Amino acid sequence: MGAGLAISASMASAQALVVSNWDGYMAPDAITAFNDATGNQAELVLHGTNEEIMGKLIASKGKGYDVVFVSSPFAEVLHNLGLAEDLDHAKIPNIANLYPQATQLSHDEGNAFSLPYAWGTTGLCYRSDLVAETPDSWMDLLEPSEDLRGKTTMLATDRWLLGAAMLAKGYSVNTVDEAELAEVRDQLIQTKGTLLAYDDTTFYAKLVSGEAELVQAWDGWCNYGIAENADIKYVIPEEGSDLWVDTMVILKNSQNKDAAYDFVNFVLEPANHGWAAENILYKVPNQPAMEALPDEFVTQFPNMGIQPDQLMGYEQLRDVGQAQRAYSRIVSEIKAAN
Amino acid sequence: MTDRKPLYLMTPALAWLTAFMVVPCLLILALGFFRRGIYGGIEYTFTLENIALVFDPLYAGIFLKSAMIAGLSALIAVVIGYAAAYAIAAAPQRRQATLLFFAVLPFWSNYLVRTYAWIVMLNREGLIAGIAHGLGWGGELPKMLYTESAVVIGLVYNYLPFVILACYAPLSRLNPEIAEASRDLGASGWTTFRRVILPATVPGIATGFVFVFVLSIGNFVTPALLGGGQFQMIGNLIYAQFLTANDWPFGAALSIFLIAIMMGLLTLQTFATERASGARREE
Repeated sequence: MGAGLAISASMASAQALVVSNWDGYMAPDAITAFNDATGNQAELVLHGTNEEIMGKLIASKGKGYDVVFVSSPFAEVLHNLGLAEDLDHAKIPNIANLYPQATQLSHDEGNAFSLPYAWGTTGLCYRSDLVAETPDSWMDLLEPSEDLRGKTTMLATDRWLLGAAMLAKGYSVNTVDEAELAEVRDQLIQTKGTLLAYDDTTFYAKLVSGEAELVQAWDGWCNYGIAENADIKYVIPEEGSDLWVDTMVILKNSQNKDAAYDFVNFVLEPANHGWAAENILYKVPNQPAMEALPDEFVTQFPNMGIQPDQLMGYEQLRDVGQAQRAYSRIVSEIKAAN
Repeated sequence: MTDRKPLYLMTPALAWLTAFMVVPCLLILALGFFRRGIYGGIEYTFTLENIALVFDPLYAGIFLKSAMIAGLSALIAVVIGYAAAYAIAAAPQRRQATLLFFAVLPFWSNYLVRTYAWIVMLNREGLIAGIAHGLGWGGELPKMLYTESAVVIGLVYNYLPFVILACYAPLSRLNPEIAEASRDLGASGWTTFRRVILPATVPGIATGFVFVFVLSIGNFVTPALLGGGQFQMIGNLIYAQFLTANDWPFGAALSIFLIAIMMGLLTLQTFATERASGARREE
């Protein structure tokens, strides 16, 4: 009996901890460092998009994965499907490193099932040496001045593409009101003719080359442009931004829960968490990590200095359930329009 | 006693195709008749809703638009490709292999790399604009990249070698004495081409056209990169259902129709080729 228990225990521990994350979203040596520090056997697998890992998790009921990195609306879905572990904070002492605001995020107040990994805004990224007027409103993108026509890009992903017009019109970024959505659609159809392209991945390179002069961008990605050309600047339009949050979730069906807790706690160490700020140029909700950033870093990338209180003033994208079909349809209508 | 050898030899290929082609296609077919779960996933209740949605004017319009772009690309590719194949087949025998080699050479590099090359050439700060400015062109060039024309250019460029190969085969097999006989009987060069050479090479043209059409209509990379995501082809729509909208049943329903169109065309093309070769045998 005792021997049987010992065998099953050793079999369980021999099973590697599986962490799924986007490529390059953690330090390359993070897993090795974690294994060395804790004696665990973790392995990293990669997903390209939230939807890809969600497809796998829903199909397998979360089995086969222990910790996943997903954006907050998807963490919410995992929770609603009963796939996310209810977090035992006693096992995550480093939770104390999070800004108090980061524990009160609307998708998961009190970090019941998710831990924020990175957060930021979506705004306008532009070439200050090329634009005639400094942009300060979403309308500067949606109805660009004559000299900017054909030199702007918008994000291609449904939620952010629609989000720009929702914010411009003063609507919630999660609105499912038909009249409001129709207005958003009409605005974006009108905007389409003024765009250079929809672009999720290379918009900052288009700014660097001068192909585009004003683009809709996530703050962290605008920093990639700023790193190459100091004339590139980022601004949150006066109508506001959404607050995007990428999170860590432990799966309820994890067979390695202790190791999973060890892992998320390890990531929340300021030195480990700070890696993402310094290298991916995303804000992390880790107070000591952010405070350790050198002053000149924040001077070079001003949006790294956006404070948690300001971030909390923006609405988070939430899961909209079946309304997602309406969102996709609107995006198809926009793209099918001439 | 029948010879069983062909059956044994075909078994591995058939098993492979069944496991990795027929079964997945059947799964897609089944998926098209279920409901989308509230959080993405699939709810296993039967519905015809997804199939009906394909006929919605919005989505039917995207099918039509894709077919037009694919048709235009196939047409241009056939005109350019046939001319090239004709020239290669008319070249001295010893040079033909080299010329064909050059025609297929682009296939040795990655599709994405080849498509990105067009971005480098066509963008507003790109190679063509640079050359035009270098030659003293002062004004701004018309927008070339992120347009429908750019997508057609990309599709034609990428699939042209298929047409060259498809047309070269019948052209090179053509007995030169037939063309000679036609001329001896008083036909002009044009008449010989129109009444003798062209009809004999229709199967090659049909194969080239159908290949380019089928590969183009389902393509989603080229519209995304060269079209700047500004219009959706059916491939992009399907991609979005699976990868961003998390609406697998609708994505599957769209795929069923796309696969049906492709299979229909390939079947027609096979029949056309069979008939043409049958007709020739009867002559």
